[in-house]
Amino acid sequence: MDAESLLLSLELASGSGQGLSPDRRASLLTSLTLVKRDYRFDRVLFWGRILGLVADYYIAQGLSEDQLAPRKTLYRWRRRPEEMATQTSVVKGRFMGDPSHEYEHTEVQKVNEGEKVFEEEVVVQIKEETRLVSVIDQIDKAVAIVPRGALFKTPFGSINVNRTFEGLSLSEAKKLSSYFHFKEPVELKNKTLLEKADMDPSLDFMDSLEHDIPKGSWSIQMERGNALVVLRSLLWPGLTFYHTPRTKNYGYIYVGTGEKNIDLPFML
Amino acid sequence: MPSSFRNFFLLTHFMEDSTTLKQEKENQELVEAGQPWEEMVTASSQDPESGLSEPPEVEQGPEAGPQTRSSPPGIPQSGASTPVDDLTGPGASTPPSPPQEPSTSLSPLALARQDFMAPWQSNKTTSVISEAGTPPSDHLEQPSDKGESTSHQTCQSEGNTFQLSQQTKCHLYGPRDVSYNNSKEKELRFAISQEKDSNSNYDLDQPESGASEMAPNMLEIAIQNAKAYLLKASSKSGLNLYDHLSEMLTKVLDTRPENPVDIIENISQDVKMAHFSKKLDTLQNENEMLPTYEIAEKQKALFLQGNLEGADQELEDEITEHALPNVMESAFYFEQAGVGLGTDETYRIFLALKQLTDTHPIQKCRFWGKILGLEMNYIVAEVEFREGEDEEEVEEEDVPEERDNGDSEADEADEDELPRSFYKAPQAIPKEESRTGANKYVYFVCNEPGRPWVKLPAVTPAQIVIARKIKKFFTGRLDTPIVSYPPFPGNESNYLRAQIARISAGTHVSPLGFYHFGEEEGEEEEEIEGGRDSFEENPDFEGIQVTDLVESLSNWVHHVQHILPQGRCNWFNPIQKSEEEEEEEEEEDEEKEDEKGEEPDYAEQEVGPPLLTPISEDLEILALMLMAAD
Repeated sequence: MDAESLLLSLELASGSGQGLSPDRRASLLTSLTLVKRDYRFDRVLFWGRILGLVADYYIAQGLSEDQLAPRKTLYRWRRRPEEMATQTSVVKGRFMGDPSHEYEHTEVQKVNEGEKVFEEEVVVQIKEETRLVSVIDQIDKAVAIVPRGALFKTPFGSINVNRTFEGLSLSEAKKLSSYFHFKEPVELKNKTLLEKADMDPSLDFMDSLEHDIPKGSWSIQMERGNALVVLRSLLWPGLTFYHTPRTKNYGYIYVGTGEKNIDLPFML
Repeated sequence: MPSSFRNFFLLTHFMEDSTTLKQEKENQELVEAGQPWEEMVTASSQDPESGLSEPPEVEQGPEAGPQTRSSPPGIPQSGASTPVDDLTGPGASTPPSPPQEPSTSLSPLALARQDFMAPWQSNKTTSVISEAGTPPSDHLEQPSDKGESTSHQTCQSEGNTFQLSQQTKCHLYGPRDVSYNNSKEKELRFAISQEKDSNSNYDLDQPESGASEMAPNMLEIAIQNAKAYLLKASSKSGLNLYDHLSEMLTKVLDTRPENPVDIIENISQDVKMAHFSKKLDTLQNENEMLPTYEIAEKQKALFLQGNLEGADQELEDEITEHALPNVMESAFYFEQAGVGLGTDETYRIFLALKQLTDTHPIQKCRFWGKILGLEMNYIVAEVEFREGEDEEEVEEEDVPEERDNGDSEADEADEDELPRSFYKAPQAIPKEESRTGANKYVYFVCNEPGRPWVKLPAVTPAQIVIARKIKKFFTGRLDTPIVSYPPFPGNESNYLRAQIARISAGTHVSPLGFYHFGEEEGEEEEEIEGGRDSFEENPDFEGIQVTDLVESLSNWVHHVQHILPQGRCNWFNPIQKSEEEEEEEEEEDEEKEDEKGEEPDYAEQEVGPPLLTPISEDLEILALMLMAAD
């Protein structure tokens, strides 16, 4: 969520039960502003909080002008390395809270030596920092969402915030198709021609939530009697997206353990 | 759509370069009239006059733009057909000399030509239909077939390419000026498919570009046609383009946003949406806002009730104090830890709890928490009824028992025919009595503060056992069946109750010493078996240092009884009831004799940690301590 509207956003997203204590909130406000100045970001988003056993990580993201450009993520306001670590998906369990903590994972790898192929146990050490990086990345790719119309694409290809976005209407807000994944589209080409004809290229340039697998991995709820729509991801429990219909307010925040809910298909 | 962008681009260009455009238009019209290109130049010199007269109008309002151009809208489509004949004229004679025109007008000219292209093809088709036999139509047909492609071809080229092919296009567009008016209409729709290769077009058109006598009134007619087209109402929405454009531009001029060219589509959509909302105003508003008002009404009732009870509060002060804890105060403390629901919602929950205590005879009430569901959430209140005022539901238990009897009877009837199964289902472990063990408290749930509270049924050990094995989301509706394996005996309300029991048993802790066992005389012996199950607040509790509480987990103890694997808190021995079975088993399995035991007390007794055990004794799961102190 935007740093400017942090207080209001936290109040709106508090329905999930996880919030911030007043002292943290106050310190966050000031530190987010400082971050924005130091790193010259166009927008700073408070991404959320990953709960660790010993300590928690507070994550912020900075965006440049182009909204879909790769973002820089900071934890505890220290710049984290931009590494794509796919290995970290094998590490399960809670985060410790200490970025230098190392997980040891024993992998059985097939090593080719000469003509023989035998299995060797290799102990792979993964730093928690890298794991944190990849988890944030995964969460962003999977469940970061924006409402339709909040961003628009210029013919030059750059993506900007839509200043005339006035919010979704109530009926639109209840549909999954009015929300898009906040990332490069993957499935746009698979749409039928009929669907493509109805699409507005300046607005519909991202994947919508409708075709997320598994179906039903999003829970849409209206709170405060239709005054607030809250989407919660069931795949990454802890991701809450809120939007006040007919206003410009929207945002998402992740407060959780950083673990993917792989039992999802069984739980539905 | 890049085409839409271009369209708007064209439009603005028309606004800005209206004069130049008009010049070109005039030029082209003259060409159309068959005059040599040089005459166009002369005509262009004349045009500034007419052009000058027009700009003031144009500048006043963009809507005036198209108006001035399409001045006399009198001639219907058939008017377009005549120039078509002219196309057969000597179009080739027109020498291409675009360089005479100012460079700035080139692009608008090119753009104008794009427009020409599109309408031209439409005109061509119409004219072709109307004049089937004429030679020009033959020529026309050819390009009409390729019309789409050709027009698009020319349309597509950018400014530079336009200048290059300018020459060829000069006479291409000349004869098509008649359709210029329609071009403006079509300019917003054309060029969806854009292809290259204007050369073919050029070749075809050369013989056609005729030098027909095009009087100025043809221009007016064309303009009128254009305006008529713009005013034509859409069959879908009842709007017409003319009005829409004028509204849009009015809005832009009124609001004067930054970079309007970048957001022009959004403005267009907004204007369209504004139309709709006017028509369906009352209906839409009613439908959409109703749920909001409903909830607000219910919650208003909450607030009101609190006020009404104010008078009686003093009398029942004692009871209410004990019954309802200070929810706001505890919420404050939770908020310091970063856990909370927001002040608003907490207050509403407080009011709802108050309503609950007012309607039911409750001794103690506590806000247990909130469980998130797929469609709706649950707000859970933990309640202890006053002595003797329990509301029991015994009927539920009888029903399954009857069913079991019925099944056994059926089995016996088939005894002669079918092999009798030796399997005897283990006797269902009876649930614990209310007020003890897992059923110590009664739980009420509601979906939202303001909605009526629903009492959850008591939990049975079987439900707890299976709840441990499955993992399902809550939907928010209490009567949803739980489809799982192993099959859960009950619906969502039972599953919810089982989960609540497990959570309470596993996680409710208090500082060491806060509670202590009450001094009860003569009951110690009996309590050894089942473990003590009651405790009292320790009046001598003085609190523990915060640092101690944080560092060591042994300063925290569970104050809810642990639920045994059996599903109960107090061990129930199923073997105890049937002595016959015991004998059989002893005969069959001597090895297990010790396990089965002679005394029921030792038979597979499941022992759980007694009450008030420090949580440092909790099992370590995944080699990580689950209770982290912050």
